[in-house]
Amino acid sequence: MKNTPIQLHVVTRIVAFIILIFSIFLFFAGHNNPGGGFIGGLMTASALVLLYLSFDLKTIKRVLPFDYAYVIGAGLLLATLTGVAGMFFGFPYLTQFFEYFQLPILGETELTTALPFDLGIYLVVVGFTLLVILTVAEDDS
Amino acid sequence: MSTLHIIPLAPFLFAFLIPLFYKKFRHIHTGWFVLPLPLIIFIYLLQFLPLGGTAFQPVEVTVAWVASLGVDFTVYLDGLSLLFALLISGIGTLVVLYSIYYIANKRDEPLNNFYVYLLMFMGAMLGVVLSDNLIVLYVFWELTSLSSALLIGYWYHKERSRYGAQKSMLITVTGGFAMLAGFTLLYLMTGTFSVQEIIAMSDQIAASPYFVPAMILVLAGAFTKSAQFPFHIWLPDAMEAPTPVSAYLHSATMVKAGIYLVARLTPLFGGQAEWFWIVTGFGLLTLLWGSVSAVRQKDLKGILAFSTVSQLGLIMSLLGMGSAAFHYDVIDGESLYTVAILAAVFHLFNHATFKGSLFMVVGIIDHETGTRDIRKLGGLMAIMPVTFTISLIGVASMAGLPPFNGFLSKEIFFEGALNITTLDMFNVETLGFLIPVVAWIASVFTFVYSMMMFFQTFTGKHKPEELPKHAHEAPVGMLISPAVLGLMVIVFGLFPNMLAYTVIEPAMQSILPGLLGEGEQFYVNIYHWHGLNTELLMTMGVVLIGTALFLNFDKLQQTAFYLGERDPLNGAYDNGLTGLISGAQYVDGVQMTGKLRHYFTYMFVFLVAVLSYALIRTNAFAIDLANTAQISPYMFFIILALSLSTIAVPFMTKRVPAIILVGIIGFLVALIFVVIRAPDLALTQLLVETVMVVLFLLVFYHLPELRKESFKPVFKWSNLLISLSVGAVVTITGLSAHAFSHGHDISPISDYFVENAYALAGGENIVNVILVDFRGLDTLLEVFVLGIVALGVVVLIKYKASGREEV
Amino acid sequence: MEVLMIFAIGILFTVSTYLILTKSLLRVVLGVLILSHGAHLLFLTLSGLKTGAPPLLGEEAGSYTDPLPQALVLTAIVIGFGITAFMLVLAYRTYKVHETDNFDELRGSDDD
Repeated sequence: MKNTPIQLHVVTRIVAFIILIFSIFLFFAGHNNPGGGFIGGLMTASALVLLYLSFDLKTIKRVLPFDYAYVIGAGLLLATLTGVAGMFFGFPYLTQFFEYFQLPILGETELTTALPFDLGIYLVVVGFTLLVILTVAEDDS
Repeated sequence: MSTLHIIPLAPFLFAFLIPLFYKKFRHIHTGWFVLPLPLIIFIYLLQFLPLGGTAFQPVEVTVAWVASLGVDFTVYLDGLSLLFALLISGIGTLVVLYSIYYIANKRDEPLNNFYVYLLMFMGAMLGVVLSDNLIVLYVFWELTSLSSALLIGYWYHKERSRYGAQKSMLITVTGGFAMLAGFTLLYLMTGTFSVQEIIAMSDQIAASPYFVPAMILVLAGAFTKSAQFPFHIWLPDAMEAPTPVSAYLHSATMVKAGIYLVARLTPLFGGQAEWFWIVTGFGLLTLLWGSVSAVRQKDLKGILAFSTVSQLGLIMSLLGMGSAAFHYDVIDGESLYTVAILAAVFHLFNHATFKGSLFMVVGIIDHETGTRDIRKLGGLMAIMPVTFTISLIGVASMAGLPPFNGFLSKEIFFEGALNITTLDMFNVETLGFLIPVVAWIASVFTFVYSMMMFFQTFTGKHKPEELPKHAHEAPVGMLISPAVLGLMVIVFGLFPNMLAYTVIEPAMQSILPGLLGEGEQFYVNIYHWHGLNTELLMTMGVVLIGTALFLNFDKLQQTAFYLGERDPLNGAYDNGLTGLISGAQYVDGVQMTGKLRHYFTYMFVFLVAVLSYALIRTNAFAIDLANTAQISPYMFFIILALSLSTIAVPFMTKRVPAIILVGIIGFLVALIFVVIRAPDLALTQLLVETVMVVLFLLVFYHLPELRKESFKPVFKWSNLLISLSVGAVVTITGLSAHAFSHGHDISPISDYFVENAYALAGGENIVNVILVDFRGLDTLLEVFVLGIVALGVVVLIKYKASGREEV
Repeated sequence: MEVLMIFAIGILFTVSTYLILTKSLLRVVLGVLILSHGAHLLFLTLSGLKTGAPPLLGEEAGSYTDPLPQALVLTAIVIGFGITAFMLVLAYRTYKVHETDNFDELRGSDDD
């Protein structure tokens, strides 16, 4: 993709950045408003796909040196282990807990164990989408 | 969790260590590491034996397992289970010791497998006899089938081993499945899986229409396991297992699991005419069939296999006869019919001792001479004197000669069989006279095959040229186990009452509860000399006729009866199996055409047929135009656009327009989600659609253009017909369901989520709360699906899996 | 609105069935995709359309649209995404190896 116009690059950078920020917002909003791990993950993935589309694969690989298979693995591990935590206190597997805390700067904030669980889902969705798309794209046979 | 729970579980846990020992200490025979375990269990169990004449108190300990389904791991130790547990651990110890010398520690011998299977079996068997819960019992029961099949197939490179393993597995597992159905029926009647609770309710359920079916199903399990006619055919083929296994599983323990089950459930079913006749009848038939078939065998293990079949039939028939005792009072701890139960328990024990030792002896002969064929063997008396002595004891006991324990139990068996003819119910007066007759005939044949196997092996001319190996006496280590068992045959033959108080009486108490008053116990006294009564005359007759038959053995050898040795019932099994396979192949050939279109057609036609049948049958079609949500004009256009673009898809001849059209459908669906107030869905759908379009374009770039479908007109029209009927049925079902839901008061189950989302999970987005909180496991499994798909994609593309090359 | 929706769903099912029965791999993939749209909509429609506010407690409405079918459909959409992705890759790979996307030609390779 050597002949991609420069305007596309500039626009992509800005738009992808906005989408990324928005996806993180959606991810955190998930517990109380539309959003969550699935939606946030898909949004992040589409931002990254946009980057891959406008730049070439090698450039992005240099910037984001992730192996997405590991991202999936990490997500699965995180989601599985969150559920185990409650078992140490005699609760059934995947029992989630929440509590309100007074945090500096943020004020009263709700912290839940559902958040790391959702983060696991987020990671799996991002990893899955990009892994599939990149694997097909990189196939040169 | 109690020590008693650890007993059945310990072998399983120990089995995990075996591969470690095997790898680490390659030069030491793995058996030495296994040996202490059954020994410890045996010694531990000995302390439960009632000494000093007090009545045995059953021990019961419960650990909840699946409490909501009534499945608890309850260990129940009474006289019956103690007897079995002692046999399993005691003979287990001897067998492990024996196997150390029998199976050499060679490079290509997978000893670790052998001992893992053996421990698995031991644990499962202990579990069967110790658990009070039917479901737990069933699980352990099937584990014994599994480990037995693995042990039979231990030398899996031999075709006969695999055949035997498969056969035993098929027959016993089929029976086990029937048994599970029987247990389920029992649960339906009583509402509990606990054996003791079910027995306590036996009076109430006897009138239930499920009672007799449950009985027959449970018996199917017991009969297949205990090799009763006509299911016995797996046992002779199971002789392909290494001899220690045959001695352990196929004579002393596993095949007695069926006996155990029948004995255990006698308090429940006993006293019923059906039970009496089925158990007694099949037992006697098996007794006769097994003893007659044993005479035809030329392989020493074959003789022992059929002998085991017949002895199992003997014990089974005794349990059947003894069940009549429920109708009579017990006076001074004895009654006319409890004798049969006494004989069953006593013979169960005796059989384990003499048959165990005989199997081990045969193993020694096989090991030292290289053959088990009685036509090749002969004159071993001088070469293997110790083996000879042990065999003499075992064979004499099996044939029922004094003063060994086999003689005593056979006498009591005759007594029980004669007593039963005096019974004045269950229509015994018509056919009852047959019972002692069959018992006597079978005993004659038992005598004949005992003599045959003994004299053919040890007397006559030694034929070294026919033996693959140079015959010599076995090493001492190998002789210990059979010698110990042989010693028991003599000791308990001379002093049978040592067993009476400790083992037999408590076991009888478990089989026949409720017959005794408070503080009473069965009174067992076994005599050697009853005076010259009918039983003794019968034994003398057996010896006389048996000897006469054996002396004419040369003539018998010429007959067609002797020449064939395969059981005729094997033909039925083999043909059945072949028929099953070819039947499956035929159905497979018709149904599995390899055309995706056909498979989809089956599914769609089935779907349409079932749904339309249900619709017509319940006359459910209805349409409700009143109770619908208000429709706005733009919604009307969205739905119209959706319908039109969908209809257009099949007409697309180029791939890119087709993809774009499908993309449009996706976005329209997302719009609909917005309108019907599902914001999360709308967001997800939009994003999925976006990512999907990228993926589609990437993939389609490589794929060929769509081609015009070149179907024959018949197919084209039938496809159209199928799709239209699917659409019509879905529409009608949808409409009817919609109308139905407004005609009836159906409150959604989701109210719980709405009310508790904030209180229990602290979230305001109910959909998200359901996903990560209330139904977290579903979501977890869902992301696992994504992980698996990713794995599949990577394998397909990066590793080029195509099904052609070796991956 | 429900009745209209159900008719539209009927069309989705009809077309997707027709596509699935064709011989071209691509059409089958598209058919499955449309089929899943139909199933999602049917599920939601039968649970009642617009029976309340969106299932967000922040709306503080008297009644909410049933959230359970929505949660189930959300799961279904993501799973459907995964399955479609896999089918696409499978189609792609099949074409690479066998150089055809026609089921009749793919059927019964002689080497198995």
